[in-house]
Amino acid sequence: MDLWAALNKDDLLDIIWLSLGVSLSATFLAALVGLPRGGALAVYDFRGRRGLTILLNGLLGLPPVVVGLALYLLLSRSGPLGQFGLLFTPGGMVLAQATLATPIIGALGHRAMQGPWHEYGDALRVDGASRPRVIRMLLRIARPPVLTAVLAGFGRTISEVGAILIVGGNIAGYTRTMTTTIVLETSKGNLRRSRSGWGSC
Amino acid sequence: MKVLALAAALLFGGILGDHACAQSMQHSIVLASTTSVENSGLLARILPLFTKKTGIEVRVIAQGTGQALATAARGDADLVLVHDPEAEDRFMAEGHGGKRRQIAWNDFIIVGPNTDPAHVTGGHDAVAALTAIAAARAPFVSRGDNSGTDALEKRLWRKTGTDPAANGGGAWYRDIGGGMGAALNAASAMAAYTLSDRGTWLSFNNKGPLVIVIEGAPALLNRYDVILLDPAKHPAAKQTAARELAEWLSSPEGQAAIGAYTIAGEQLFRPSAIEPQ
Repeated sequence: MDLWAALNKDDLLDIIWLSLGVSLSATFLAALVGLPRGGALAVYDFRGRRGLTILLNGLLGLPPVVVGLALYLLLSRSGPLGQFGLLFTPGGMVLAQATLATPIIGALGHRAMQGPWHEYGDALRVDGASRPRVIRMLLRIARPPVLTAVLAGFGRTISEVGAILIVGGNIAGYTRTMTTTIVLETSKGNLRRSRSGWGSC
Repeated sequence: MKVLALAAALLFGGILGDHACAQSMQHSIVLASTTSVENSGLLARILPLFTKKTGIEVRVIAQGTGQALATAARGDADLVLVHDPEAEDRFMAEGHGGKRRQIAWNDFIIVGPNTDPAHVTGGHDAVAALTAIAAARAPFVSRGDNSGTDALEKRLWRKTGTDPAANGGGAWYRDIGGGMGAALNAASAMAAYTLSDRGTWLSFNNKGPLVIVIEGAPALLNRYDVILLDPAKHPAAKQTAARELAEWLSSPEGQAAIGAYTIAGEQLFRPSAIEPQ
């Protein structure tokens, strides 16, 4: 109960909406970028495909703080993308989380489409479907595991704290999310509040 | 996928719309400040008064003083509110700062376990206390994050003539690399001594066995300065709005708001812009 007493209810709702908004947007962007690339890696045969697959799988373990720092330097007013003013904004946070989720959705999506490609690929090609079209068909055939890939990407973004803390700045009422609130409340010694903040939502 | 896109569009449309609007009106500024000011709750209390009066929204990034000055030097903040005179002097000397003004002060304290293994309680000499703590090899938590508090701690150790990090210091001298709250949490859990600003200490809710052991030492004065950025070097900074905030903080109204902030009846910050200390 002390959560409601201590943290204004409207503030808490804002924090939850922001967390969902940023993480869902990031997941959507990551799926938009990651799934076609994962599919292409399954469907196209080219030199270096094996290496690229290994690289994509390796990026699954991309540390959020490294991504956060890299984006900080890019988005800083004195950085190459400074003119867009995205540092310390929700937009910057979406970019950071999308960067983290893209390899996850790409790699798991690639796995999901590999099986159906080996099974139906020849038949689809014989029917005259172009490879981009085949990727779209594979996405439909492998829908459940592709959905799992997207959910795994969402899991990464909603639970992530390192990157958004650096890029977002944890500004009250603007870039403060569920995870960064817990970091802040813990540092204030409000251990019970930071715990119940998670437990009750 | 479609559901996801719709949900993302709905939620994020609101956020971005909000942001674009705030930007076009130039009515938000970024204040890089220290964890001690933010964690004490002072800014959350007084900034809404400023926003109500001027319509300028202030976005606070709470960092250590060193990091806050670095953020401003990169041009990512519009003004800073910090408390490390030496680091501020360097910032000014490098030409990043415009106008600098002291707005408030309070003091640092040394807190430690109530069992007091180094027998320093009640003293008024911070350097002597640290010397005793080092001699007793009693656990001591250091911020180690280049913040204003950390810089003062390092200066005090230099005055003791010992380097706690050297000769196996890790056993009792624990550099945690975190903010003031994190250091107090660590000290509370390890029954260790640490240097804290009074504001964060008063508002900290996990004190455990910790009590104040040293206070009122002249070396423990803690002054807070607000610094505007140099307009020539940082043209992107929102100069007009930032100056309004700096002026409000040192105005009678802002100073009264700072002085009125109390926790459990104790005043956390002493306003000092009108009568500099």
